[in-house]
Amino acid sequence: MAFTTFIFYVLAVVLVFSALRVVTARNPVHAVLFLVLAFFNAGGIWLLLSAEFLAVTLVMVYVGAVMVLFLFVVMMLDIDFARLREGFWKYLPVGAFVGLLLAVEMGLVLGGKYFGLAAMPAPAPTAADFSNTREIGRVLYTEYAWPFELASLVLLVAMIAAVSLTLRKRRTDKWVRPETQVAVRHEARIELVKMAAEKEVEPEPEAAADDAAKA
Amino acid sequence: MNFVVPDFYPATAEIFLAAMTLVVMLITAFARRVARNLSYALAQTTLLVAAFITLFTLDIGVDHTFGGMFVRDLLGGVMKLVVYVAVMVALVYGRGYLAARKLDRPEFFLLTLLATLGMMVMITANHLLVLYIGLEMMSLSLYALVAFNRDDARSTEAGMKYFVLGALASGLLLYGMSMVYGATGSLELPAVANAVFQHSANRAVLLFGLVFLVGGISFKLGVVPFHMWVPDVYQGAPTAVTLIVASAPKLAGLALALRLLVGGMYGLAFHWQTMLMLVAAASIVLGNLAALVQHDIRRMLAYSGISHMGFMLLGLLSGVAGGNADLAAGAYSSALFYGIAYALMTLAAFGMVTLLSGAGFDAGNIEDFKGLNRRSPWFALMMLFVMFSMAGIPFFVGFFAKLVVLQSAIAAGHLWIAILAVVMSVIGAYYYLRVVKLMYFDEPENTAPIVAGGELRVLLSVNALAIAALGLMPGALLDLCLQALRTSALAG
Repeated sequence: MAFTTFIFYVLAVVLVFSALRVVTARNPVHAVLFLVLAFFNAGGIWLLLSAEFLAVTLVMVYVGAVMVLFLFVVMMLDIDFARLREGFWKYLPVGAFVGLLLAVEMGLVLGGKYFGLAAMPAPAPTAADFSNTREIGRVLYTEYAWPFELASLVLLVAMIAAVSLTLRKRRTDKWVRPETQVAVRHEARIELVKMAAEKEVEPEPEAAADDAAKA
Repeated sequence: MNFVVPDFYPATAEIFLAAMTLVVMLITAFARRVARNLSYALAQTTLLVAAFITLFTLDIGVDHTFGGMFVRDLLGGVMKLVVYVAVMVALVYGRGYLAARKLDRPEFFLLTLLATLGMMVMITANHLLVLYIGLEMMSLSLYALVAFNRDDARSTEAGMKYFVLGALASGLLLYGMSMVYGATGSLELPAVANAVFQHSANRAVLLFGLVFLVGGISFKLGVVPFHMWVPDVYQGAPTAVTLIVASAPKLAGLALALRLLVGGMYGLAFHWQTMLMLVAAASIVLGNLAALVQHDIRRMLAYSGISHMGFMLLGLLSGVAGGNADLAAGAYSSALFYGIAYALMTLAAFGMVTLLSGAGFDAGNIEDFKGLNRRSPWFALMMLFVMFSMAGIPFFVGFFAKLVVLQSAIAAGHLWIAILAVVMSVIGAYYYLRVVKLMYFDEPENTAPIVAGGELRVLLSVNALAIAALGLMPGALLDLCLQALRTSALAG
């Protein structure tokens, strides 16, 4: 067994274990940390496939940015996780049975024979100065320009959807628009109203008629 | 490495729509007071101009651009035109409904434009990756639109259900695509088709992937057994959104099926036809039977939509039989004709629901149509047209749609499924005719006159009259569908 194969199995075992812990951990913070571990190991496997750029990006973007944000969200939000995972153990046997059945069936159909080294020979090793960052950049902005631009619009959809579904104006906020404050004119600040100093109150005719009827 | 800048001309409509979406977003961000009306007007103008661009770039030839990822053919042009019209009509119908509920925020129109762009991308895709991105763009926009009335528990619940199930279906589709890529070594549909045809790809892996592809497509079309979301989404979403979800995306789903199954997996036609046959038969049976017992007209139309999609698939699965290319084009064009007819009918039906809905009141119950003839004889007649057409009563467009689909099914030798479809649509006629009976023979409970904008009244009348007119003269549209498929990139 070559050394790289050994590393692959170590990474794969840790990856599968931590992925399972993500859904079974009782403490949500632990679940997030296991997810970080899973991403890290996946990055390692990609590194073995000599996809260095993608591996580094995975660790930087997902572990560095996305998961840290996730951790903050989990810590800040007051979610009743006990209620969320209510029924988890009740449904686990059925879910695990169905999942296992699917996995076994899919394994039986595909097995290892179609994707083994015999069916898909390993690519020739690349030269030492081969840069896959450069290669990705080259196809991403030329051949794949159309899907690349479209993917950016999908992100725009996510942005608009998130803002329109969650942003709400609070009635109680005391925020003042600076431009309306600056643009105010003195007539609007104070209004002088002229009115008589005294005002005579006339007796209501109906009330007078009522009194007359009673009398 | 020589890189040639791709020809942007075939994709002018897509690029215009994408650019205009960004422009509309910027303009409405700064236009405070008029943002609602302005974004509506700009969205409609954008769609109209895109329609003209598509119309002017329409011709019989086939162009590829962006390194073969984009294909422009007559089929794509026709489908895109129907999508523009469907979205524009849906926006007109939904406007009053949205305004009464203060939902006509600029984001609504932006998401609608982006969903339209996603459909256009799917229609013109020639590459698995582009197809998937277009699908996601459409689906993500639609999830957000369904949950748009976020203060209404049913709307958010429907959005959540749609999102979770839709994400699962997208995952299935993507998994199937990865298997196809693994087996053929290419993401480009013509290359995939070639590898399938020459048996150079691994059969077992391809079939394994194909199952997932059919599953994903079935979900997006909302057919049995992937139909669970349809009634809840149609009922829970604001009716203005249901108008959009129920019409144009079905055509985009048909485009997905045509590009993926016919364009990419033609060599495995026998297998996917068998799968689709089961799906179509189950949809026609379940859709018609479940619609019988519905009290909510939106749920009834949802189940009727499931059975209509089953009919559309019936056209799609009758394509390859005995290697007759003419037969295949006829069958696929019958599916396209069915899709267009269904979009017209479903728009008119949900348009009627928005017509009867007032501020804070959804005319969801079928009882709300009671005695419509007394309240407005004209719109009762229009609804009669729509219901008769959906039931497949001659001579409305729905009748011809069913006729051509059944013709191609029988020509392909699927006699039993054609008989089953006819029997089920006779049973299904009951629930359409029940609406007509309520309108004409029952006393109205609500005698308030109908309040609706002039544009809604005019366009709804035009829509219903078009259903009747196309039923009398279906020839031109049928020829166009046939021509579109004969000259399409799929024909090669």
